[in-house]
Amino acid sequence: MIPSVFEYERATSIDDALAKLAATGGAGKLIAGGHSLVPLMKLRLNEPTTIIDIARIPGLAGVREDDGLIEVGAGTVHHDVATSAVLRDQCPVVSDTAATIGDPQVRNRGTLGGSLAHADPAADYPAMLLAVDAQIQLQGPAGTRAVAAQDFFQDLFTVDLGADEIITAVRFAPVRAAAYAKLYQRASRFAIVGVAAALEMADGVISSARIGLTGALSSAVRLPHVEDALVGQAPTAETASNAAKGAGTSLSDVNGDLHASEEYRRAMVSVFTKRAIEGALARV
Amino acid sequence: MAASPVLPKLVGQRVKRREDPRLIQGLGTYVDDIKLVGMQHAAFKRSDLAHARILSVDVSEAESMPGVEAVFTGAQIAEFVAPMPIGTPFPSPDHHAVAVGTVRYVGEPVAVVVATDRYVARDAADTIVIDYELLPAVVDPEQAMTGQPAQIHADFENNLAVALVPSGTGVSADLQTVDDTAVDKAFADADVVVSQRMYNQRLAPTAMEPRGVVAQYEPGKDTMTIWSSTQNPHILRSFIAALNGMGQDQVRAIAPEVGGGFGAKINIYGEEYVVAALSKRLGIPLKWAEDRSEAFLATTHGRDIIGYLDLAATSDGKVLGMKLQLIADIGAYNMLLTAAIPTLTMMMANATYDIPAIRTTLTEVFTNKTPTDAYRGAGRPEATYFVERGMDMLARELGMDPGELRRKNFIQPDQFPYATQMGAVYDSGDYEKALDLGLKNAGWDELKQQRDAARAEGRLVGLGLAMYVEVCGLGPSSSLPTGGWEHSQVTIERDGRISATTGASPHGQGNETTFGQMLADQFGVPLEHVTIHHGDTGVVKQGIGTFGSRSQAVGGTAIHLAGGKVKEKMAKFAAALIEAHEDDLVFENGRISVKGVPDSGKTFAEVAGYAYVPVPLPEGLTPGLSEEAFFEPANNTYPFGCHISLLEIDRDTGEPTLLKLVAIDDAGNLINPLIVEGQIHGGLAQGIGQAMIEEVRFSEDGQPLTASFMDYAIPRAADFPRFELDNTVTPTPVNPLGAKGVGEAGTLGSTPCIVSAAVDALSEFGVKHIDMMLRPEKLWRIIHGGQS
Repeated sequence: MIPSVFEYERATSIDDALAKLAATGGAGKLIAGGHSLVPLMKLRLNEPTTIIDIARIPGLAGVREDDGLIEVGAGTVHHDVATSAVLRDQCPVVSDTAATIGDPQVRNRGTLGGSLAHADPAADYPAMLLAVDAQIQLQGPAGTRAVAAQDFFQDLFTVDLGADEIITAVRFAPVRAAAYAKLYQRASRFAIVGVAAALEMADGVISSARIGLTGALSSAVRLPHVEDALVGQAPTAETASNAAKGAGTSLSDVNGDLHASEEYRRAMVSVFTKRAIEGALARV
Repeated sequence: MAASPVLPKLVGQRVKRREDPRLIQGLGTYVDDIKLVGMQHAAFKRSDLAHARILSVDVSEAESMPGVEAVFTGAQIAEFVAPMPIGTPFPSPDHHAVAVGTVRYVGEPVAVVVATDRYVARDAADTIVIDYELLPAVVDPEQAMTGQPAQIHADFENNLAVALVPSGTGVSADLQTVDDTAVDKAFADADVVVSQRMYNQRLAPTAMEPRGVVAQYEPGKDTMTIWSSTQNPHILRSFIAALNGMGQDQVRAIAPEVGGGFGAKINIYGEEYVVAALSKRLGIPLKWAEDRSEAFLATTHGRDIIGYLDLAATSDGKVLGMKLQLIADIGAYNMLLTAAIPTLTMMMANATYDIPAIRTTLTEVFTNKTPTDAYRGAGRPEATYFVERGMDMLARELGMDPGELRRKNFIQPDQFPYATQMGAVYDSGDYEKALDLGLKNAGWDELKQQRDAARAEGRLVGLGLAMYVEVCGLGPSSSLPTGGWEHSQVTIERDGRISATTGASPHGQGNETTFGQMLADQFGVPLEHVTIHHGDTGVVKQGIGTFGSRSQAVGGTAIHLAGGKVKEKMAKFAAALIEAHEDDLVFENGRISVKGVPDSGKTFAEVAGYAYVPVPLPEGLTPGLSEEAFFEPANNTYPFGCHISLLEIDRDTGEPTLLKLVAIDDAGNLINPLIVEGQIHGGLAQGIGQAMIEEVRFSEDGQPLTASFMDYAIPRAADFPRFELDNTVTPTPVNPLGAKGVGEAGTLGSTPCIVSAAVDALSEFGVKHIDMMLRPEKLWRIIHGGQS
């Protein structure tokens, strides 16, 4: 629990952060809340030569409405996501998901961008961002770009983020009929299985469905087979039950560990998919 | 003259802890807060293999690093630090503070670095290269007993630390003869026998403050001061002195604020011996502060014991006999009390019942895991768990109410003092009263209706009940190799303030408050005028320490006796000053005066001042007001209680949720019910943690799988329902306070009552027993028959 030696610098703007990061020649790391990076440094699993503090960059934190979309700054701490009036009102699944992360101390320090950049396979946000079809906003030396959540989460601790880039925000169209359901790992409070469901209705039936899953595989994924089973169906408990049945059965390479075997996780994917759909239906 | 304020009596009142304002404001001084001029820092290189021969240790790079003072391998340390002593009379293999030749668990120290700061020390330790020859490891004690695949210590065949110790009915005091007649007859006469193998899993004590030590040897004076996060500074002093070839007069041990111990800080650890010895050898002050990763590996674990229980009874529920075969996995080495902990499980196998015939046996086994030692409850929760789970199985087998089965078998109030089959003499008890209060407070019959109504809706809800009796207030010297007494000195200072020392070394028990309450009442002075000194052998002349729920019952009594002595002397000075007879005097409201005539007296401070400048000196008196007392109880105390829980299991996921927990605890007379409740809350949290979410696990090759809080769960406040506490009061005759001790109580009743509730909740699936912890997947498999 003793990190190796490192330098500390504080960035005053995104451009300043990018310049400082570039100057480390790939050996530096950005830090905001430090809730992913610091434990790794204390265990010497990650030994950056320089950490560049982006927590106080003006404008990096906060929830904004912009032309029908919602933008959450990457520096926003989980507590502020969980309690945002805009999110609670327009897209409560985002707040609900943040409220399940860690404990109050973690939620008061950990940030949205930090969680996404670290990409723990059991993190909560990725499932939710897949369900709301978010765009991840990035900035680098070459300018800005946006990556769809579906393309962003690639593998274990691996995302579409260059070593010279910084996550600035996530943007999404608010969706009310969405919910997140999670089986807690009791020690870490990460998800053994976490499922987010977002539904849209037209003419009394489900017209669109997006289901995001975390915890079960090496990275968060959508569950198209469940989505397909929902579209065109009436918003009933039976629909939820039918669509979720077997949600985990067809998945390959499901994680198994001390806390939950592969078989149990697979079964829990179905249980929590059903609960997430039910939660979303309750908001239709 | 203005009337003195009337001071309320404090004993028995809910006085808030005097310790808390400083602790919650960050004003406490812990070991790691201590900084001495010229102090250097130690870091230990630890084994990352569970069992291996050390072929070579290359420290050359570490030695060459700037800021590194010295590096020592285990073999070098062994040249001046002898193998560590233990506190039990069992045979024990040599245990070097830093491994020599072989490592036997992950986390065992292999080398130590001394450097100018903690970071340099750690960097240097990382550069040490150890060449190992991997040996097979064994982590399952029943496999270890076959001697395969690993033989951990040369002279301990089949890895048996303690081969087989019988106890109970028909076993002679010297353990040499065993007569099974009574036990065999009990089982032959029985209508029903329930049998079950149960496992009381391994736990990590996880005090909020990990261990830490600072040693300062002063060459000019040839004295050593050692600060350590310990539960027993006087025992530490004795051992540190002995291993450094010093006298106990030359060593001062200080336990500053100690952020939790839970039994794991009784042991004197290798790091303490090494830091002290290196401070002496190098002539520098030296610090070592354990980090959390080290704490999970190198601080002793608790429990890890298998029990094979057989309970024989008549068809109407009278228990005739019991057999309990215990196999304790003690890990790689014997620590200070390791071998003795499971003997307390045997000692308490009689539980609260009048069982005519009991046979227990105990085997202790070495494995390639972190050594075990005391953990809150230390042997007694294990006994309670095995016996109470057995009683629950018997009730289920007979179709009896679990409370009524117990009622039928209780030791009765008129049987105390009660000599058990296990050789204990229970001091006092009224178990039926605790049961009745528990049933009443829980609303047992209504709870059954609630449970049945919930089941009718398809929910999985269960009720559990457990009784417990534990052994506390340790104990006469015949039962403790350290001595079983406690010491105190009470001094009335010249200004009338009171300084009192206690050899009990509190680390969360609130004794500054409870002992202060006692003295404030005894002398009729405000609590704010009393200071309790503890945890420093330079200030506290003698002591044993705080463990086994002994600080109030034994330490509190020593304070009370010392206070009584000094009060007697003070009354003589007051009598001379007031010109009254000492027997007519009362100490109240900050004055000493003739009873019924408050204005007749002098202030407490005036009498104190006179005692130190006694002109004239009353005949037969010496100046000063300072008296000391040792107290050794004639027996242990045996607190008891009844715990009841209601628990629901999610049918889809197997997740258990504790809905209700009712605890009735009888700790005798209570000095401060608020502190008692706090102690019970803490004990319950750790008991519920064991039942539901805590478990130390190792892979088959001995790698720890739960070595951080990311994988080792401890309960959070939000995991609990509001605890419903109440108490009965059955004073002990063993000490004049009538207090029994309460620190460990919560860990005893909670585990069996919660597991029994889980079994009850899953009764429709025909399950008879579930081993702790109640892992959701385990419960889900019972519900779904292994099918997804």
